[in-house]
Amino acid sequence: MTTSAIAAARKRAYELPIDQIDVSDIELFRDDTIWPYFERLRKDDPIHYCADSKYGPFWSITRYKDIMEVDTNHRAFSSEDGITIQIRSGGLPTPGFIAMDPPRHDEQRKTVSPIVSPGNLANLEQTIRSRVCAILDSLPVGEPFNWVEKVSIELTTQMLATLFDFPFEDRHLLTYWSDVATTDVNAGGTIDSNEKKMAVLGECLGYFTRLWNERVNAEPGNDLISMLAHSPSTRNMEPREFLGNIILLIVGGNDTTRNSISGGVWFLNQNPDQYRKLRENPQLIPSMVSEIIRYQTPLAHMRRTAVVDTEIRGKIIRKGDKVVMWYASGNRDEEAIENPDSFIIDRARPRQHISFGFGIHRCVGNRLAEMQLRILWEEILKRNRIIEVVGEPERVMSNFVRGYVSLPVCIRAA
Amino acid sequence: MPKVIYAEQNGTMHEVELPDGVSLMQGALDHSVPGIDGDCGGECACGTCHVYVDGSWLGRLEAIGEAEASMLSFADGAKPNSRLACQIKISSELDGLVVALPEAQH
Repeated sequence: MTTSAIAAARKRAYELPIDQIDVSDIELFRDDTIWPYFERLRKDDPIHYCADSKYGPFWSITRYKDIMEVDTNHRAFSSEDGITIQIRSGGLPTPGFIAMDPPRHDEQRKTVSPIVSPGNLANLEQTIRSRVCAILDSLPVGEPFNWVEKVSIELTTQMLATLFDFPFEDRHLLTYWSDVATTDVNAGGTIDSNEKKMAVLGECLGYFTRLWNERVNAEPGNDLISMLAHSPSTRNMEPREFLGNIILLIVGGNDTTRNSISGGVWFLNQNPDQYRKLRENPQLIPSMVSEIIRYQTPLAHMRRTAVVDTEIRGKIIRKGDKVVMWYASGNRDEEAIENPDSFIIDRARPRQHISFGFGIHRCVGNRLAEMQLRILWEEILKRNRIIEVVGEPERVMSNFVRGYVSLPVCIRAA
Repeated sequence: MPKVIYAEQNGTMHEVELPDGVSLMQGALDHSVPGIDGDCGGECACGTCHVYVDGSWLGRLEAIGEAEASMLSFADGAKPNSRLACQIKISSELDGLVVALPEAQH
């Protein structure tokens, strides 16, 4: 983005009357001009009410500490009515246990969490490494290609297929379903209604139901479908609830890591001093991985619904109000993070970011995500090649998934 | 200053002196004890400072709170002597405390 575009966004963000600011506007995310708006809200109105938006009225929580407060108070702020700003209709399923409160949430989460236990991650490490190597060694050298398609999508979709024990040759369907599930129907793409979305997700349900039926009659295995099919807390799910959990797991395990893989390449290219520092000291990889996840914030927000009247910083949030926690803003809060707008791979406390959320809904796959990013960068550095960005990224049109449609790169010898 | 010992699963012991009032989680981070992540910075909100409290020490700690119990219920390998290190404040009564670290934080 040009300096003048940044300046124009900043001017507008500070000129608008505060009650007219609407940070759910997806154009601001596609253009990456959302930042001065969040900055203004953090400074002038950190608990902000937007009375009118495409998604109806909603509260924005923009400071790190306040997000922490809402995220950890699941008694006052429920997930049962949905966890994104989009309004559910058209028969769309609830997105699985992430959109449940205790005790149902707790039981279902515990059913799938062993897949990302430290023991299982150790078992997966070699598989991931050999796939990363195969992908990296197949990339063209000296000619431009789309990093998102050839690396980010490929690596995360292969991982997802393994976790589900999903037919490997059909794995592209997982990416497709994940993208459709998170599509904002207001974004002007081919999926422009909840009905169209539901039609595609119906195909997803049909496919997964076949896998379920195979596995429910087989011995328990250690893939996600088998775990769901054999656990007392999930084996009697209705189709909609099953679909909801499938969507949760494919979006959670797919879009997020995918976009952090792409984001890392973009940030290192935007910050050549950091790229140099990394190449001189590969020990910084784990700390850089956390910084990539902070700086990317692959899910810009999570939403709750107030179930009792609650006061935060003098504002009264009424029962029934939609409350949006902007993780993307919390991760740029100067009160919580030093130089938050800079990408710095050797921060003192790199793990203290808000991208995974906090409290009982905290990302269950966070260590798997970190491991994939770590292994990818270990293998990139071993190969002594530079991944050079050769054009502007195209961003996803969404205020939920902060991601990339494409990132043109060219690999050259270091 | 009270001394505490963090024991890794591979048997490595880390004995450190911590000032009164600091949390067992912060103490580990300040002394670069591996195996304590402390992602939320001590807010009892992430479960990544999980430790196993050694034997008789368990009953000498302040009782476990609701939020801590809830986060621990999601921790891998949680046992009856599991605690979150961010919720344990160091004092002279805890001089000699021994905690074991889990395989990894999750």
